[in-house]
Amino acid sequence: MATIELLKVEKRFGELQAVKPLDLTISDGEFVVLLGPSGCGKTTTLRMISGLETVTSGRILLDGRDVTYKHPSERDVAFVFQFYALYTHLSVRQNIAFPLQAQGEKRELIDRRVKEVVDILRIGHLLRARPGKLSGGDQQRVALARALVRRPAAFLMDEPLGALDAELRETMRAEIKNLHIAQHATTVYVTHDQIEAMAMGDRIVVMSDAEVQQVGSPAEVYYDPANLFVARFIGSPGMNLVNGHFAEGLVRLQGTNRYAVPPAWKKPLAQALEGREEVVLGFRPEAAHVNPNGALSGEVYASDMHGGYTVLHVNIDENEIVHIRSDRQTSPAIGTPVRFDLDPEMVRFFDPRTEAAVRREALR
Amino acid sequence: MARFAEHGPRAPVIEAVRVDKVNPRSRALRRFIAFIAVVVAVIMLIPVLVMGITAFKTRTDILASPPKVLFKPTLEGFVYLLFDRAIATQSRLEELEQNAKAGKLGLLDRIALQAGMEITGPSDYVSRLRNSVIITGISTVFSVLLGLFAAYAFSRFKVPGKGDLLFFILSTRMLPAVVVTIPLFLMYRQLGLYDRHLGMILLYITFNLSFSVWLLKGFIDEIPKEYEEAALVDGYTRLQAFFRVVLPQAVTGIAATTVFCLIFAWNEYAFALMLTSQRARTAPPSIATMLGSGGLEWSAIAAGSLGFLVPVVIVTFALRKYLLRGITFGAIRG
Amino acid sequence: MSQVELKGISKRFPGVQALDGVSFAFEHGEFFVLLGPTGAGKTTTLRIIAGLERQDQGSVLLDGRPIDALTPAERDVAFVFQQYSLYPTMTVYDNLAFPLRSPLRKTPEAQVKSRVEDTAEKLRIAHLLNRKTAQLSGGEMQRVAIGRAIVRQPRLFLMDEPLSNLDAKLREALRVELKHLQKTQGSTTLFVTHDQIEALTMADRIAVLNEGRIVQQGSPVDIYDRPATTFVAQLVGTPRINLLEAGRNGGTVSVKGSGLSLTAPRLPLPESFLLGIRPEDIRPEPKGAFLGKVFLTEPLGVETILHIRCGELTLLSLVPGMAAQRVGEELRFGILQEKLHYFGLDKKRITAE
Repeated sequence: MATIELLKVEKRFGELQAVKPLDLTISDGEFVVLLGPSGCGKTTTLRMISGLETVTSGRILLDGRDVTYKHPSERDVAFVFQFYALYTHLSVRQNIAFPLQAQGEKRELIDRRVKEVVDILRIGHLLRARPGKLSGGDQQRVALARALVRRPAAFLMDEPLGALDAELRETMRAEIKNLHIAQHATTVYVTHDQIEAMAMGDRIVVMSDAEVQQVGSPAEVYYDPANLFVARFIGSPGMNLVNGHFAEGLVRLQGTNRYAVPPAWKKPLAQALEGREEVVLGFRPEAAHVNPNGALSGEVYASDMHGGYTVLHVNIDENEIVHIRSDRQTSPAIGTPVRFDLDPEMVRFFDPRTEAAVRREALR
Repeated sequence: MARFAEHGPRAPVIEAVRVDKVNPRSRALRRFIAFIAVVVAVIMLIPVLVMGITAFKTRTDILASPPKVLFKPTLEGFVYLLFDRAIATQSRLEELEQNAKAGKLGLLDRIALQAGMEITGPSDYVSRLRNSVIITGISTVFSVLLGLFAAYAFSRFKVPGKGDLLFFILSTRMLPAVVVTIPLFLMYRQLGLYDRHLGMILLYITFNLSFSVWLLKGFIDEIPKEYEEAALVDGYTRLQAFFRVVLPQAVTGIAATTVFCLIFAWNEYAFALMLTSQRARTAPPSIATMLGSGGLEWSAIAAGSLGFLVPVVIVTFALRKYLLRGITFGAIRG
Repeated sequence: MSQVELKGISKRFPGVQALDGVSFAFEHGEFFVLLGPTGAGKTTTLRIIAGLERQDQGSVLLDGRPIDALTPAERDVAFVFQQYSLYPTMTVYDNLAFPLRSPLRKTPEAQVKSRVEDTAEKLRIAHLLNRKTAQLSGGEMQRVAIGRAIVRQPRLFLMDEPLSNLDAKLREALRVELKHLQKTQGSTTLFVTHDQIEALTMADRIAVLNEGRIVQQGSPVDIYDRPATTFVAQLVGTPRINLLEAGRNGGTVSVKGSGLSLTAPRLPLPESFLLGIRPEDIRPEPKGAFLGKVFLTEPLGVETILHIRCGELTLLSLVPGMAAQRVGEELRFGILQEKLHYFGLDKKRITAE
C-alpha cells in the first residue's frame, strides 16, 4: 500500500485545458473520491495516475517514487473500469490469474492468491464460467478480483458501478467499501454520483471545469461547502441557494420574505461583504421546517414522494423555488400557502461575486 | 450506462499515447529513429521515382549503364505512348526537316522526327484508357450501390440463412482469378460477352460485390438502429428512413468502399488480359505489351504507367480522410 | 391524448419469454411508469406499443381501438430513446423539424417553424437551434430528444429510460422539469425505468414488471407502503428493505439468525415466513430493545446508513444527519413494529383476510 502525491499535475489537449494544475496528497490506506460532473477532469486525472494518459506538466509520486514517465505496468497500480474490461475468451479463473501470469509469477503463488481473492469476493462458484454469461454485479466482482490479486500499491476505479442497476449499485457500494476496510488499500475512486462519493469516501475531491473546488471529508463538503458549486452539487437535491440583500442584520429575499440572520453570522457577514449588499442564502432541504408560525412563506409548487419522506417544492417569489424535506404526512396540494423556519445551525451564506462561502469565524 | 456518443460511428477514436515515450529524455532518441524511418520510406519509394524519371528519358539514356541520374528531359516517351508512328522514308524525312526549319512543325512531330519517325495518328492507349474509365466507373458505382442495399438488409432484417449467405458471398473471393479464367472465357464466348464492355463490367461487379457487402455491412452495423426506428415512429417509411438517416451517416463507409472497389477494378490485369482483345481492352494489359520498333519502349511503358497511376492517386488522395476511417472501423474505442 | 390499454401481451424471443400476459391500462393525461430491473421486458413492451416489434399474442388499444395492424408511423405515438435518437448530421432545428417534415404529415414550413420555436422555448433550448447535435452536452441532447417527441403533439409519449445515461445531478434536474412539463401539457406518458426514485417521484401510477410479468400496479404510495411481493418490497426504497427469515411461536415472532424477538401482529401468520423492515423503521435508541454492532457507516449528509450486525444478520438502518456511531461500536436500537411487512414463503404479502 502506498501514498500517492500529485504535484501541480496539469493536462492539456492542444489548447484545451482538461485538468488545471492540481496538488493532492493521498495517504496510505485512504479512500479518496474524485467527484464531479462529466467533463470536469476527474477521469483524466485518474488516468494520469495510472499511466494511461500522459502528463502535460507536473509530477506524480507513488510512495515517494517519481512515476510521471513510467509505463502503467511499472507503476504497481490496478485499474477497475466501468465496463469491466474482462477477457471474454477466458474463463473467470483465467481472467483473475492473468495479471500474475503476465508478471511471470510461479504457478503455486498464482493458485494461492487466486483462491484468496476468490474467497474474499465470494465468487468461487463462478470460476469456470465465461464472463459474458455473468450478471453485471458478478462481472464487476470478477473485475475487482482481478485488480485485488496483484496486491498493488493502489487501486484506481473509474466509475465501476456506473453500468449497474440502481439496486445493485447499493449492494456493490457496500461491498467495495467493506473490501477497502478489510484490505486497507489506498484507493482512488472516480464517480459523478455524489451519493456514492459521500457513502464511500474518506475524503472527497470535488471537481468542476478542470479545477478542484474543494477537498474534504463527507461532513466537510456537506456542512461547509466552499462555494456555490459544491453547495449545489452535494446533496440530493442540492442546497437551496437564494439571492438576497443584506442590511442591518436582515436578508431581504426577492419577494416579501425577510430572514433574520442568526447572531453568530452578523459580524462575519458584514466583514466578508465589506459594505456590499448582495448575498446568497443557502440552506439544505432538511434545514427547513414547515411551521404555521414560520418566518418565511411561500406557495406549494409541487410535491414529490420519495418513499420514506416527501420533498416539497415551494415557490417563495416569482419562480424562486426551494426544496423542503418533510415527512410523509405533510403533502399539501399545489397552491397551498406554506410557512417555514430555517435551522440557524445549518444556514450558510455565500458571496455572489466570488461564489465562495462566507466563513463563520470572524476574519481578523 | 455509457456516456453519450461513445459508441457508433461518431465516437471519438482515442489514440493511445505511450507514457514512457513522452519523457523529455527519450525525445532525442525518438527523433533519430524517426529520421531513420523517413530514410527507409524514401528508399521504398525509389521504384516509383525511377518509373517517373524513366518516362522523361530518351531511349539511350534509359539503357545507359551506370544509370543516368542527371539527364536532359524529353517528351519522347509520351509521344511514343500516345501516337502511332511510322518510320519515315528518306524523302519524307527531308520534307519534315524543311517544315521544322520553317517552324511549321508541331512540338510532338519534331520529337518524333528526331528519332526518324513521323506521327500517323493516335495510338490505342487513349482508347484503352477510356475503356478503363468506363468499365471501372460503372462497375464501381453498381458494386457500391447493390452492396449498400444488400448490406443494409443483412444488417437490419431477419434474412433466412444469413450466416451461410454471407459466407457464400465472401467465398467468391477465395478463388485465385487464374482458376476461373478458362471457364469464364468459354462462358463469355458462348454468351457473346467476350471482348465487350458489358462483360467486364459484370465481372468486376461480381467480384467487388463480396468485398463491398462485407465492408458496408460492418459500417452499417455500427450505426445504431434507433436512428431509423425514431424515423419510423415519426412517420417515415423504411426506404425514406434509409435515405435520410442511414445514408448520411454511412458516407464514410461508402467512400472507403468506393475507393477499394475502384482500385481493384482499375488495376485488374488477369481477367482484362484474357477476356478482352481489341474492343474492350483496358489499360493494364496494354501498357505492359507496348512494342515499338526494336523492342520494348521503356519510356512509353513508364509514361503509360505514370498516366495510369495519376487518376487513382488523385481520387484516393481526395478521399483520404474516409480511407483512414475505413481501415480503422470497429477499432477499440474509449 | 388517449386512454391506453394492453391486453394479455405475450412475446417470445429465441430462448426467452420476454413478456407473458402483460395487461395494464392508463388514462388521458396520466404519467404512468413501468418499473423493473434490466431484462424485465420494459423496452420490449414499449417497442410493441410503438409498433417496432410485433407481439405474439394480445392486443394494444388506443382510445378503445386496437392498433396492432398499424405501422409505427400510423400509430401517432412519439418515442424517446435512451440514446441515439438525434441525427448527428443535422442541426438542432432540423432534428426538431424532422418529424413534422415526414411525408405522412406534410406540414407547411411556416407551421414547422412556429412549432419548433415553441417547443424549443418550452425546453429552454431555443439558443441551441443552430448548433449541430454533436456539439451538445448530454442533458441538452436529451432535451432535444424530448423536444422531438413533443413537437409532434402525438396521442401518446413513450419514454425508454431517457434519463439513465445522464449524470446523477442532471437526472435530478431533468426529472423535475419533465414532470412539470407533463403536468402543464397534460400529455399521456408511458415512462419506463429501472430507477425506483424516478418511478416514485414522477408517477401518477406505477406498474412493476419482472421477468415479463406485471407484479403489482398502484400509486407510488401503494407500491411503497403495501408491496405485494418481496420483489416489489426490495425493488422500491433506498436503502433496500431488510428481508429476514422469521418464525412464529405463539405470540412472539423471532428472527432467525439473530436474537431478535417481536410481538406477533394480528395477522394469520404461518410458522415460517419472511419479515420486511424498512431501514428508516430501525432506529438507534439508547434504551432500545435490541443490541447489535456497527459494521459499516455510509454518511450521505442528510442521513446516514448504518450496517448493524446482529447475530449472523446484517441490518440496514437509516438515521437522519451525520450519525455519531463509529464502526465497531455496540449499538442499542428499536424497531417500529407497526410498520413491519409480512410475506409468506411464497414471497407474497400476508394481509388480514
